[in-house]
Amino acid sequence: MKRLLLTALLAASVATTALVPPSAFADSKEQYVPLPTYRVGPYASSGTLWWAGTLDYFRYINEVEGGVNGVKLKVEEFETEWSPDRTVEVYERVKNGKDGAPVAFFFTHGTPASYALIEKGAADKIPLIDPAGGRTESTDGTVFPYAFPLLFNYFSQASVGINYIAQKEGGFDKLKGKKIVTVYHDSAYGRETQAAVELLAKKYGFENYQIPVADPGNEQSPQWRQVREIKPDWVFLRTWGVSTPVAIKTAQRFGIPADHIIGDVWAGSEADVIPAGAAAKGYQALAPYPGGASFEIHDRLRKTILDTGKSDLKDKKFFGAVYYNIGLINAVLAVEALRAGQAKFGNKPLNGEEGRWGFEHLTIDDARLKQIGFYGLLQPIKLTPSDHEGGGAARIQQWDGEKWVLVTDWIQADRDTLRPLIEAKSAAYAKEHNITPRSPTAEN
Amino acid sequence: MNLFLETLIGGLLAGTMYSLVAIGFVLIYKASGVFNFAQGSILLFAALTFVTLLEKGLPFVAALAVTIAILILGAIVIERTVLRPLANRSPMTLFMATLGLSYVVEGAAQGIMGAQVHALDLGIEDVPIFLGDVLISQFDLVAATTAVALALILALLFNNTRIGISLRAVADDTRAALSVGINLNRIWQIVWAVAGIVGLVAGMLWGARQGIQFSLSLVVLKALPVLIIGGFTSIGGAIAGGLIVGAAENLAETYVGPYIGGGITPWFPYFLAIAFLYIRPAGLFGERALERV
Repeated sequence: MKRLLLTALLAASVATTALVPPSAFADSKEQYVPLPTYRVGPYASSGTLWWAGTLDYFRYINEVEGGVNGVKLKVEEFETEWSPDRTVEVYERVKNGKDGAPVAFFFTHGTPASYALIEKGAADKIPLIDPAGGRTESTDGTVFPYAFPLLFNYFSQASVGINYIAQKEGGFDKLKGKKIVTVYHDSAYGRETQAAVELLAKKYGFENYQIPVADPGNEQSPQWRQVREIKPDWVFLRTWGVSTPVAIKTAQRFGIPADHIIGDVWAGSEADVIPAGAAAKGYQALAPYPGGASFEIHDRLRKTILDTGKSDLKDKKFFGAVYYNIGLINAVLAVEALRAGQAKFGNKPLNGEEGRWGFEHLTIDDARLKQIGFYGLLQPIKLTPSDHEGGGAARIQQWDGEKWVLVTDWIQADRDTLRPLIEAKSAAYAKEHNITPRSPTAEN
Repeated sequence: MNLFLETLIGGLLAGTMYSLVAIGFVLIYKASGVFNFAQGSILLFAALTFVTLLEKGLPFVAALAVTIAILILGAIVIERTVLRPLANRSPMTLFMATLGLSYVVEGAAQGIMGAQVHALDLGIEDVPIFLGDVLISQFDLVAATTAVALALILALLFNNTRIGISLRAVADDTRAALSVGINLNRIWQIVWAVAGIVGLVAGMLWGARQGIQFSLSLVVLKALPVLIIGGFTSIGGAIAGGLIVGAAENLAETYVGPYIGGGITPWFPYFLAIAFLYIRPAGLFGERALERV
């Protein structure tokens, strides 16, 4: 009898909850921020620092600044081990928000997941954010209103790499006849720059060689034997995870000098060079996310989060590591986009459509960078409904054997040259999926 | 011709690194008929323990000794908590148990010692040596010498010691070995400890090349085709299989890769292993199973 009564009560409570209209919950004062993360698995060494940066900044916003214009961020992590299928599962679980707190954006945290979710995000009207990653043609927001390869898309990465090589050679005219080999991770991420490098090779007259390294890339002698046969002037290294230190060490064995190898964004952290030991000294990498803890934001975080024991970092020596700073920068981009959205829709939690508007009108200039403490760490950025990248620049950092040293100021990608290629690819996507591109001025 | 020779020699030497990983599997398979899915995790755990102790300031030899002691203790714990309760169950049950064990060991390794990448300097220069125009990796030469030395030590252990003979008896016929008083539980403890130490050696060499991090546990993917080709029950087979896989994947990547898009090293050894399964299902040196039906 007692069991029957309990069952009846439980059923009644479930039924009552189900009958309550959604609007009754929709008075949350919080912004729901779900984060698909990877603290275990093959990429945990980068993930643990990345999420520490992100969580520390969100904590700073909540506890020091009292939220984004008073709206607290309700952050929740989901372990994915960087597996796209798990990220899709997370997305499905969180897209409707939590306890009435809406979702304004969803960080995919990986190009494969960005590819997997691109149609779902558009259908559900949830902006998919993938800074320095994502599907490159989704830079064209007229075709991809809900995808944001923010800050530094793959074509820009290729372009800044070539621009830096030109700078080192003494001008673009000096690139003619030079041999530039791209050693790349044989995946969607690794292949993403091929079209851009091919275009730039035609423009500047250098010889373009592409050599794939299959995942995980822990033995690369055959590839670097091929590189040595080519006798390259420069190597553009687009590896990921363990394939980067193995590449740097194998390159040394085959006589390729480290200071003539330029790593891309995802081959330019401490985890990429420390295992390579002395072989990595002189190695350079693109840095839209520079390493170092001497920026203004680090002082603020040190005082309010790190020294007060509130940091998510297990080991304080990683404060200011490249992956920690990636977390910080991605978090500040999200916060600033929320502020932009709130400027139009009011200081309240935003939904996906309002979040998209916020990202599409995100502008962070030098003055704002100084205000928020990110000057020198983050490039000025301005997005529009047709430009979902907004930045397209990186600094170059060089490993001195112990730490990364910034050796250039921001180098801008040749976006005018690359834009037609992006538009051609996005037009092909639009045709294939029967999408009518929206007007870029329709929603200002 | 130089390129061919260099690729071949480089491949053979790299193959011995795969053999080192494969030997750990062979030891446990020989003693219990179980394919130990946790070998990669044990390799990671061993290398991570060693490098963590080094970073804590222990001298090289002390760190090595403490790591070996931990591996022996781990083998005893695994035997008592995982293998003994499952004695006399089917090989598939034991295999599934090792699958679960791999997650526990991986989680424990990262949970206790962190997920960060560690550099390991064994003092072996990774600079090339030239034989005429042929480039040879000094590091690979040391790794190959280590693999051969390890195989010789294990052969001596199996053939000339009481423990080794007991181990062979268990491998040949477990019930007969039990009937003459061989302690099966003790044999399992020993063999898991030795497989752990072999994992430590492999982990140190692979770790010195790529850094000690989670992906070290993935090097076992290279051991599977080596085992299929060489046979699951022969240490000599693991060496031969490693040489074949190393040479074949290097030559294939250099001469076939450019025509089919490159990046073929991960799958080519498996393609080769499937070909071997058609010709010699037990591998080159594996024991052919004879069953009365």
